[in-house]
Amino acid sequence: MTGMRGESPPKLVVEGLCKRYGATTALEPTQLSVAEGEFLTLLGPSGSGKTTLLQLICGLVEMSEGRVVIDGRDQSDTPVHQRDIGLVFQHYALFPHLTVEENIAFPLKMRGRPSAEVKQRVADALGMVHLGHLSGRFPRELSGGQQQRVALARCFVYQPSVILMDEPLGALDKKLREHMQIEIKRLHRESGATIIYVTHDQEEALAMSDRICLMNHARIEQLGTPRDIYERPRTAFAADFIGISNILRGAFVESQGRRMLKTAHGVFHLPADAPAPGAEGAALVVRPECLHLGNGSDNSLSGRVSEVVYAGSETRVIVTLGEGQAITLRLPAGVPAPTLGETASFGWDSDRAVLVP
Amino acid sequence: MSAVPAAPARSGGMPAWLRRPNALWLAVPGLIFLAVFFAYPVGELLSLGLRNPQGGAFSLAAFQRIASTDVYLRVLGITFKIAGNTALWSLLLGYPLAYWLARMPDLFRGRMLLFVMVPFWTSYLVKTFAWMIVLGRSGVINNLLMGSGVSDQPLELLHNEFGVMVGMVHAMVPLAVMTMLPVMINIDGRLVQAAQTLGASPSHAFWLVYFKLSLPGVAAAGLLVFISSLGFFIVPAFLGGRRETMLAQLIITQVQELLNWSFAGALAAMMLATALIACWIYDRLFGISTISGGEAQEGKGRIRDLGLAILALLARASGLVADTSRKLIGKAGNRVLLPVFAWLMIAFLVLPTLLVIPLGFTSSQFLEFPPPGYSLQWFETYFSSPLWIQATIRSFLVATATAFAATCIGGFAALALAHSRTRWGGLIFAFFLAPMIVPRIVIAVGLFYLFAKLGLVATDLGLVIGHTVLAIPFALVTVSAILKTYDVRLDQAAATLGANRVRTLTSVTIPLVKGGLIAAFLFAFITSFDELTIAIFVSGGIKTTLPKQMWDDMILQLNPTLAAVSVVVFVIVTVLLLLAERFRRVS
Ligand SMILES: Nc1ncnc2c1ncn2[C@@H]1O[C@H](COP(=O)(O)OP(=O)(O)OP(=O)(O)O)[C@@H](O)[C@H]1O
Ligand SMILES: [Mg+2]
Repeated sequence: MTGMRGESPPKLVVEGLCKRYGATTALEPTQLSVAEGEFLTLLGPSGSGKTTLLQLICGLVEMSEGRVVIDGRDQSDTPVHQRDIGLVFQHYALFPHLTVEENIAFPLKMRGRPSAEVKQRVADALGMVHLGHLSGRFPRELSGGQQQRVALARCFVYQPSVILMDEPLGALDKKLREHMQIEIKRLHRESGATIIYVTHDQEEALAMSDRICLMNHARIEQLGTPRDIYERPRTAFAADFIGISNILRGAFVESQGRRMLKTAHGVFHLPADAPAPGAEGAALVVRPECLHLGNGSDNSLSGRVSEVVYAGSETRVIVTLGEGQAITLRLPAGVPAPTLGETASFGWDSDRAVLVP
Repeated sequence: MSAVPAAPARSGGMPAWLRRPNALWLAVPGLIFLAVFFAYPVGELLSLGLRNPQGGAFSLAAFQRIASTDVYLRVLGITFKIAGNTALWSLLLGYPLAYWLARMPDLFRGRMLLFVMVPFWTSYLVKTFAWMIVLGRSGVINNLLMGSGVSDQPLELLHNEFGVMVGMVHAMVPLAVMTMLPVMINIDGRLVQAAQTLGASPSHAFWLVYFKLSLPGVAAAGLLVFISSLGFFIVPAFLGGRRETMLAQLIITQVQELLNWSFAGALAAMMLATALIACWIYDRLFGISTISGGEAQEGKGRIRDLGLAILALLARASGLVADTSRKLIGKAGNRVLLPVFAWLMIAFLVLPTLLVIPLGFTSSQFLEFPPPGYSLQWFETYFSSPLWIQATIRSFLVATATAFAATCIGGFAALALAHSRTRWGGLIFAFFLAPMIVPRIVIAVGLFYLFAKLGLVATDLGLVIGHTVLAIPFALVTVSAILKTYDVRLDQAAATLGANRVRTLTSVTIPLVKGGLIAAFLFAFITSFDELTIAIFVSGGIKTTLPKQMWDDMILQLNPTLAAVSVVVFVIVTVLLLLAERFRRVS
């Protein structure tokens, strides 16, 4: 996706952006470039600097160093209210003293739009989020999902070209969250806005994003498409944070003229595209769906089946190895699962694993 | 409930209504107490205004007399004007200070708040005495002005409207700040940020969002200041002249010198009616429950649109002012304006009282500032005077008894209200707070009349009862605040673990809210310790309290002993206040 847009100049560029609070660093100097119309997700554990990055971009927090450039213009000194940016807050931050309609009209009024236009656009925005019938209510008279939609409408109504969303669905239950994910994607498609979206939830990130920016310890850990990050994690953290990973640590050894990884559970082949040797140790990451029961693969292991979880479309099998390490396998529906307590052998094809430092 | 014999009492160790009680029962002692010693005497006083002083038949004579000369109407007008102006200035000066405090980190705010709490609890007498020293013809300000040659004759700062306003505003700004502050702290800071990301300039974001949301607090503060100011007499008596005579002073004269009860009742009725009308208007506009932290109702229709339009105008105007001042003093200069103002306000609140301290140690026979030398002679005078010492001891005893009574009554009422979910809860809460809203002078005169019939005038018991009426609201509010954060599941846990209600109360609830109870005790103590209004009427003859003795002395003649006494009172109250704050925080 980003490749296709590579030729046009980026919508938003962050250069060496950095924030320190006294001795603590909330964000290390960070580079980031977002293409026009892209949906970029910031994903990472609590305290990794996601909110800080958003607040720096929209100017709510003063940066310690760096630049924020939108459409080629440096915005670092532009006050918050003059940046062409929309922000959706985690708990919505709807104005309690204004009705739904007035909340949505607020940004238009601040821009001094004529009242006929305000009326029309508020009505359109309300229709867009299916809330036309609630326009006269106050926020406290709405359910969580409805409040969320008002917050979205209030942001999209003035058509900012960059929209930042800080865990907008964090307070909703799972069902509603999935519904709102689809709504947000639709709004994104219809508006063509560039969206930077923060979430804790890796499934949400995988499902919605053009690219994911994985953050950890106030830095960007890895930046890439969901497929990229899932299939080719560059660090053990990335592998562990996104999806379920089986991680086998070990040291490099020379065997039968080839480089292999010697772990506590055996010696394994490296994937063909493994980077050239640098360090002496590394880890193999194998996703649960890449593991097969039986001895048909070129790397094999065995252990005691300690848990079988039936989950409808798949069955998850947890096998405990000799050293106590647990390995997860994912069997598609129809494949017979081993019984609890039996010893199972399983393996994987070398090229389905990823080597990380 | 009627046929419960002794058996259950053995198992639970308490009567049946307590074992499976509606918790509201716990409020009953307080309700009865306030009904007898607050509602009844105030009602009686009001009806006195409608009765003929001789026979007691219905008569409007008192009101006719009020209407017949313009003296009383003029006093009423002056009282109104002073109270209104005091409310206005207290809000104007208090708002920025409260705003500054509200935006601080919690820990720092707790410390800064002491600069508001200490002046709030400092005795009105001490504060007024301080202003007499600061503003007098040979006072601190005139000394400074003439010493530096700015002016060659003393300015008239006392015994005029200026003096009264300074004293009143100084006395009331802390109340305004403390009423506005909780509302401001509750405003979600992200709303202002949200407004800015939506395109509102900082001044629009402030007026249209922050200020609008803080309005219920502002109005509550205005209301409380206005009502409290209506009943003021200390400040106008000492800082005002003849033309600043206020209604409460007239009432005191009618009762103490002229013994004209029905006329005093009529005057008190006017004052109370004014206060009630102010409350009614407030309720129409904001909903009375916002005073105790309830949610404000949002108006509808044209008035609301008008209000929002006015705020938008204010926003534009203040945006222009901010732009201009940014041009004049720069961005950094603009940023320090608020802290500078806040610190100036704190100086205004704290410094005058602190000036009294060196005067207590003066070696001079006069109250000159700065003192020519230092000595302990005035403290010696104080400690060797049986009159002062007896008054001090009496104040201590009365305050201790009051604190016990008010903490018990207020504490049980708070417990009752916290555990009961009836629709009466709000009404009962309001009734318990009423002694804080009804002007003290009205309560005092009503109690005097009741006590005269019961033979309680000039007794310590009478004083304790009167002070307890006044202290109950403070105790209730303090304990309620603690109970609000108290996790009821702890009680439930204790119950499932086998504790009965009394054991739960004594071994779980009370230890956990102990800090709050001690704080309530100390607040009630302070309320009684520097109470003057009731003492003026109820403590007769030689049985005076410390504030009453100060008042008598101040009327006769200012002298350095008063400064020494003021130091003693100030130190005692401040130490108790700091202790109370400590306990409240720990809880
Ligand atoms: N005002 C502040 N003062 C001091 N430290 C701060 C401040 N704001 C954030 N931090 C610190 O900066 C770091 C990053 O915070 P940030 O809010 O950006 O995390 P986050 O990734 O959004 O976390 P979460 O997922 O919990 O919202 C944290 O360690 C936090 O403690
Ligand atoms: Mg965050």
